[in-house]
Parts: sequence; C-alpha cells; structure tokens
Amino acid sequence: MSEGSPALHAIFGRLTLESFPIHEPILVVTFAVVALGGLALFAAVTRYGLWGYLWREWFTSVDHKRIGIMYMVLGLVMLIRGVSDAVMMRLQQAMAFNGSEGYLNAHHYDQLFTVHGVIMIFFVAMPLVTGLMNYVVPLQIGARDVSFPFLNNFSFWMTVGGAVLVMMSLFVGEFARTGWLAYPPLSGIGYSPDVGVDYYIWALQVAGVGTTLSGVNLICTIIKMRAPGMTMMRLPVFTWTSLCTNVLIVASFPVLTVVLALLSADRYLGTNFFTNDFGGNPMMYVNLIWIWGHPEVYILILPAFGIFSEVASTFSGKRLFGYTSMVYATVVITVLSYLVWLHHFFTMGSGASVNSFFGITTMIISIPTGAKIFNWLFTMYRGRIRFELPMMWTLAFMLTFVVGGMTGVLLAVPPADFVLHNSLFLVAHFHNVIIGGVLFGLFAGITYWFPKAFGFRLDPTWGKISFWCWVVGFWLAFMPLYILGLMGVTRRMRVFDDPSLQIWFVIAGLGAALIVAGIAAFLVQIYVSIRRREALRDLTGDPWHGRTLEWATSSPPPAYNFAFTPVAHDGDAWWDMKARGYERPLTGYRAIHMPRNTGAGIVLAGISVALGFALIWYIWWLAALSFAALLTVAIGHTFNYHRSFHISADEVVRVEDARTRQLAVQG
Amino acid sequence: MTMASTIAPAEAPTFHLAQEHEHPEGHSTMLGFWIYLMSDCLIFAILFATYGVLGASYAAGPGPKDLFELPLVALNTTMLLLSSITYGFAMLAMDKGRAGATQAWLAVTGLFGLAFIGIELYEFAHLIHIGATPQRSAFLSSFFALVGTHGLHVTFGLIWLVTLMVQVGLRGLVPANRRRLMCLSLFWHFLDVIWIGVFTFVYLMGMLR
Repeated sequence: MSEGSPALHAIFGRLTLESFPIHEPILVVTFAVVALGGLALFAAVTRYGLWGYLWREWFTSVDHKRIGIMYMVLGLVMLIRGVSDAVMMRLQQAMAFNGSEGYLNAHHYDQLFTVHGVIMIFFVAMPLVTGLMNYVVPLQIGARDVSFPFLNNFSFWMTVGGAVLVMMSLFVGEFARTGWLAYPPLSGIGYSPDVGVDYYIWALQVAGVGTTLSGVNLICTIIKMRAPGMTMMRLPVFTWTSLCTNVLIVASFPVLTVVLALLSADRYLGTNFFTNDFGGNPMMYVNLIWIWGHPEVYILILPAFGIFSEVASTFSGKRLFGYTSMVYATVVITVLSYLVWLHHFFTMGSGASVNSFFGITTMIISIPTGAKIFNWLFTMYRGRIRFELPMMWTLAFMLTFVVGGMTGVLLAVPPADFVLHNSLFLVAHFHNVIIGGVLFGLFAGITYWFPKAFGFRLDPTWGKISFWCWVVGFWLAFMPLYILGLMGVTRRMRVFDDPSLQIWFVIAGLGAALIVAGIAAFLVQIYVSIRRREALRDLTGDPWHGRTLEWATSSPPPAYNFAFTPVAHDGDAWWDMKARGYERPLTGYRAIHMPRNTGAGIVLAGISVALGFALIWYIWWLAALSFAALLTVAIGHTFNYHRSFHISADEVVRVEDARTRQLAVQG
Repeated sequence: MTMASTIAPAEAPTFHLAQEHEHPEGHSTMLGFWIYLMSDCLIFAILFATYGVLGASYAAGPGPKDLFELPLVALNTTMLLLSSITYGFAMLAMDKGRAGATQAWLAVTGLFGLAFIGIELYEFAHLIHIGATPQRSAFLSSFFALVGTHGLHVTFGLIWLVTLMVQVGLRGLVPANRRRLMCLSLFWHFLDVIWIGVFTFVYLMGMLR
C-alpha cells in the first residue's frame, strides 16, 4: 500500500490503484472473461428490452416461487465459481511435485481454498437449499405465499449482496487467506492487515441478515399458514425437515453474527477478544464459530434428507416407511447438532472428559441418521420403483453418504481424530457428506421439482450423463484424499516433497475433471430441455404421480398457487385426494388477496453492499452515508401501508378455465 | 386419475374450502417477531457467555470494583424500568383507542429511554477518560460489547418509537399501527429483561468478585 495524498485517502480510504490485481495474469484473464460475459448479458437484456420485465416481474417480486427460482439461479452461478476454484486447487496440487512450484503463488492459493469453502457453503449450498424450501414449502402446505412476502424478497437480495461482495474481492483487493472459518489470531489485524478478512466478514454479515430473516419467515409460514386439516404429523417430510432447518438457522446464525462482530471489533477498534495479549482468547472464537458451524452442516443436510424422503416415497409408489420415526429422527438430529461442536477441535486440549462427551454425542447422531437410511430402504422394499433421475440421485446418495457417515463416526473417536485432525482424510470426509448428501439431494430435488416450476421436465438423457459424471467423478476425486489423509498429508498444502504422493493427486484431479463434465452436462441438460420443452411438457401438474399438495396445482402454479385452499385428510394429502375421487372445482371462484411487489428489498440490499464496501476499504464518508441511507429507506418503507391487492375473480376464472381446457386436452 | 373409481367414498369429504375467509394481514407478525426476538436473545446470550469467559481477564488493568459506580447504575436501571411501565401505559391507552394518550405515553417512554442512554454514555465517557477503554483488557472489551450492544438496541428502539409516534399521528390506531406498537412493546420489555441480566450479572456480581 503506497501513501497517497491525505485528500485521496479521505475519499478512497485504503483503496488505491495497486488494489487492482493487474499483476496477476490469471485474475486479469478471469476478469476479462467475466466482464465480457457480463457485458454480453447486459447487452442482450437491453437489446430485448427485458429490464422492465425483470424489474417488475422478478427483482421486485414477493412471490415465493419466483424468489425460490432466483435463489436457485444464484446458487448455480456461484457453483460454477466455486468449482472453478476447486479445479484450480486440484491442478496446483497435481503439479507441485519434484521441486515444481505449480502455477499458483501462495498468496493466490491461500485465497483459493478460503473462497472455495466460503462460496460453496454460503453462496451455493445455502441459496440452493433456501431456494428449494422457498419454492416447495408453501405449495406443500397449501398456502398462497410465505408469512412475510416482502421480507422474503429482502432476504434474497441480502444473500445476493453477500455474494456480490465475495465476487468483488476477486478483482478489487483480495479475499481472506485464512481458511473458510478465519480463525484468529491469523485473521486478526496483526497477521491479516489487508482487506481480505474484511471482505469475508462483511460478505457473511450481509448474507447472514438475509439467512436469519428467511429462517424466521419460513418457521412462521409452516406454523401459521398450513391448510386446514394439515396437522403437524401430516406435514410432508420435506416441510418437516425445512422447519427443523429453519429453527437451526434462527438459533445458530445469530452466533455467527456476534462472533464476526467481535472479530471486526478486534480488527477495527483494537479490542482484545481473540488476541493473544491483554487477556484475549482465540479459542473463544473457535468455540463460538463452531457453535454456529456445526448446526450449519445440519441446516444443509436436513432439507436434503427431506428431498430423499419425498423422492423415495413417490418413485416407490408407496407411503414413506416410518413417517413418525422420520420426524422424530429429524428433531433429534436438530437438538443433537448443538451438542457436538467441540469435535471440530479435539486437539484444543480440553481434556479427556470433555473430549469423550463430545465424541459420544457425535457418535449418537449416527443413530437417528441410520434410522433414516433404514426408513428409505424399507420404503423402497417391495415398492414399484421407477428409476427416474431423482431416484437415481437418491440411490447414489444412500451408497455414498453411508461411507461419509462412517468416516465421520471414525473421526468422532478423539484418539483417531488426534491422528487425522487437519488431514486430507477430514477434507475427504466432509466432501463425502456434503457432495454425497447435500449436493446429490439438491440435484434430486431440482430434477424432481423442475417440472412443477417450469411446466416441463428436464431431459433425462443429459441428466443421466451428468449423474454418472458426478457420481464417478466424486468417488475418483475424494477416495484418493482419504488414502492421502491416512498417510498423514495435511490439508491446505500448496507444494509437496514426496513424489510418491503425486499419483493420488493426479487421480483426484481426474475426478475433479469428471465433476466439471457433470456440471457441463447439467447445463447442457437445461439448455436441451428448454429447446425440447414441448416434448417434455407436463400438462397435468402431476408428472411423477406425486403424493403431496404441490402436485395438486398446475405446472407452473398460478401466482396464487391454489384457487381454493385445499383441505388435507391424510399425510399424503394429494394421494388421498386422488384415491378418493377428488374433482377439481370448476366454478365459484373468488377474488384472492395477494401481497404487492416492492423494490425496497433490492434497494436496501444495494445500500448494504455499499456499506460493506465502505467498511472494507475504510471509506468512512461512504460508510456514514450508506448507513444513513439504509435507515432512511428502511423507515421510509414502513410508511407504505398499501402492501396488498386482490386478484379479481375474473382473472382467477380466466387462469383456471385455461387449465381446465389444458386438462381436457390431456384426457 | 384412474384410481378415482376404485374406492367409492361413503360420503364425499371436502377437499377444498369454497368459502374462505382471508387471512387478516399480519396475522403471523407477532409469532414472527417473537422468533426474531429469540434470535436477538441468542446474540445477548453469546455476549453474556463471552463476558463470562473473558470477564476476569483484567490484563493487570482495572477490574469491576475499580470502575463500577452502583448508585449511577441503580439510577440508570430505574430509568429503564420506569420506561417499561410507561410503555405499558401507552399500550393500555392504545387498547382504549385513545391515540393522543398513546402518543403522550410513548413520548414519556422515549424520554426515560433517552435518560438511560444519556447516563450510559456518561458512564462510558468516564471509563474511557480514566483509561478503562475497550482496548485495555479482554474484560473491558467484553464489558463494552455486552453493555454497548444493549445500548445500541435501546437507541434503535428510540428511533423506532419516534417513527411510530409519527405514524400514529398520521393514521391513528389502525390495525397495522397497533401491530407495530405491540412489536415495539415486546422489543422494549425484552430489552428490560436483558438489562436485568446485565445489572445482575455484570454490575452486582462484578462488585462481589
């Protein structure tokens, strides 16, 4: 950092021309590609005059379905970024042997492993999970929207705001070089004086606000908006797991907020929470962040369990085996997830008693999880299984996740953990459960609910290509890491001395290449499906012979979801309706009360990004200005009392009659 | 739907509501706000825990006995407790539908809140002046974080309170405003409860240490 004039410093803070990484060719090329892509997209949207449409129908939309889709788009875009980082790391580690330094310098490499973790958890897995919950939960409980539709829009844009800050760090300044949880004292101002950790902090704080509020929103929705007759023990399992996930979000994200705020205080104000002197205690940070961090992994996996339950039951043509035990298992996992955080740092030295306690609680979690696996197996047992894509993902999950679960139990044994701590064995374990559990679940869910969201199925051929690339690629990429970990190779290494290890890294690199092929096939699948949408069209609204209420309405559902609020008499409410000769009502439509769109969410999130940027670069005037603007806009929004409107009965008649004709054509 | 004919129901069950009453707007606001408050409560829980762990790390600097003046804190506590009572009066006035009285009691509440913030700022200024800054030791860092976060909450409560006074003035006690007043009421009393924790755990027990 060079010393500019005081005036420049007052205006730009510590942002100087040298903050732009023009000396890093990789980043310059990436920037050129991203900039050209962005320009092309911008030009295309302008060319076709879509800005008004996007703004009115999507960006300001409070419709949970549209917000859900936008979450999915965000997650998939960020997945491409996260995977690019992973491939770069794989390439570096496969190359850096026999005295070779590879192609990445340490400064860049350390940012890569940090940003890969942050993006994959916060900006891929979280948006995809939240997107599916947003889309599916209100439909499954027969509701017209979520409890707080504006809040939903605001939450989404705050998540985008966090993602924008992370992406910005690629080209303006740098990202943290601390690992994805930014342990102090490394992340303290002494060892990380640059902007990287500040980008990390403010990106997560901005996104965290959105996540917490969306958690509150979905809990309220599930508690308050259920259709008549849908008691808690008749909730679809995906809704149950969503409820538990959102309880976890509300009860854990505040911890992240506080711990990051305290880290910021250390960095900005010079306090001594996590410093090594003046009584600070870095292990406080590690404890606190894992009190958030462990529930976080269950936040991701529980909805995936819900998806597998829906898929297993639908594609076996059977009621889910052991519904009650499934619900209780979910709740038990929810509770236990708070009692295991210390297993992430057995080596801290808390002593044998503490370590045993947390080791045992960790092992206990495998019991409800195992119960779930058996429930899925028994659901399939003597079912008429249709091996459609969602079911294939479910089977791949059951085979893969069990291995990940068992290595988890292995790591839960403190003496074993002392050997394997911080090794590639651990890296292989959590990728095994996150890819094999969460990601496979998300792909199952995307394939399963895609026809509901867009009115046509995804092309199965390309889907199968993607599936096999992913599954084989996953095993190739991560089994070598288990082996390397058992041999004692630590994580986050940039270069290696022992040439005998290289072959494993090359195999892992090949696996990563296959995964990339899987993602490419997935994108091709979407493209091909759009091209072939007429052939793949679903006119019934119920393409898989589903069991839950989301299949009772059209695909895609109208803005109001259900012309008449459904009444549930059974856990598999839609299955029950079909079995008992439900006739879709054709008359008697009434006007429907709906929330009105608003631009306040995107504006508030935009100001939050400006505030974050100002704080990262010490641009104090901008920070003060944007904070004042944030307050003004937020308060101004509360003066708007006209937040809802009625969809007229005529409009409902028009939409429903169109559907009636469509169903008649179907026969 | 081929299976429709296989099972003939004895009597046709209702599968949808023909006559549906609308969900009144904001019918889940109180639950939602309560859940939000619990997440806020967790923020304080973590700050209390942090204080619990670091509160004795004086780093050879001043400790609670050297710094806290209980009479001042007692006065401050009184201000906040009184503000809770007057907020209760505002809610009673709201129930009777008296907009003017509601606003007046809100104003009194705001003044007590301002007095609380004023005294707290005076205390902080005094501590910083004598060198007991947040940077001095982990004890002081965690003290300022806990008490300061509470103070920030009260400050936001005050901004909110003024906003609501204006909105009651503009639109009267419409359902939306009543709901908002209820939310702020929860928030205000919640901060009172947190303060009782601060008073007991930080100040009183600090003097016993």
